[in-house]
Amino acid sequence: MVKLYNDGKRITAALSGDIDHHTARLMRAELDDVISHSHPEMLIIDLENVGFMDSSGIGLILGRLKAMRENGGDIIIKNARPNIAAVIRISGLSNLIAEGVRT
Amino acid sequence: MKKEILNEARIQFPSCSANESFARAAAAAFAAQADPTVQEISEIKTAVSEAVTNAIVHGYRDRMGTVELHLRRYADNTIYIAVKDKGSGIENIEQAMTPLFTTAADEERSGLGFSVMESFMDKLRVKSAAGKGTTVTMEKKLNRREK
Ligand SMILES: Nc1ncnc2c1ncn2[C@@H]1O[C@H](COP(=O)(O)OP(=O)(O)OP(=O)(O)O)[C@@H](O)[C@H]1O
Ligand SMILES: [Mg+2]
Repeated sequence: MVKLYNDGKRITAALSGDIDHHTARLMRAELDDVISHSHPEMLIIDLENVGFMDSSGIGLILGRLKAMRENGGDIIIKNARPNIAAVIRISGLSNLIAEGVRT
Repeated sequence: MKKEILNEARIQFPSCSANESFARAAAAAFAAQADPTVQEISEIKTAVSEAVTNAIVHGYRDRMGTVELHLRRYADNTIYIAVKDKGSGIENIEQAMTPLFTTAADEERSGLGFSVMESFMDKLRVKSAAGKGTTVTMEKKLNRREK
């Protein structure tokens, strides 16, 4: 599930549940929708309520990162649990993980 | 030396994506008997999810098929996991296991599945034949917690 908090330039997408190949498709559609309609400068992906994520989640984040950067925007990941942070580290995307970003 | 098997399970399911979460939950429930840490459980779940997803999205790319999850718990507190499909198989296993190599970039796959399995499990072996299918075998030794 994707919950969106929009303050114009920054949009926080609070994802919840498991992120895998099965669930990523719907999340992708919702995130692409908000990126193409709201053109945020920053997309903050909040993983606080995500208990599981595998490499399908990396594909999901990378795809959105591409779309955001094409328009001069960027992505921040916050509140990733240790097991998910480990997957993000393997993918080389740890630089997207923000410590203590407030939104 | 043959390792003593304390428990064993085989689960077969069709290659629909809803079974990705079923398979990792089943593996986690099986491994729970060996008293794993929270971290060990989530590493096992992630590795199983990678292997099962690969069987579903790559092995049975254009069709449905049966995926088999084979679980064993050895007396030395090692969990053995094999994920088997009878799908397309892999032409070049070494290349497939190279980090970031993918044949499905257009589907937002990033070639990290095998890297994740490798880093979360102690052993990873891939057996595959083009046109016949793939078996991914993994083992993880659980470090007994102090009680
Ligand atoms: N069960 C399988 N049957 C056929 N081909 C496979 C199988 N598993 C893996 N492959 C091949 O190996 C490649 C690498 O697999 P890996 O899991 O590392 O990356 P990916 O699945 O492409 O991307 P990601 O896992 O990051 O989403 C795949 O792109 C595919 O070509
Ligand atoms: Mg994969």
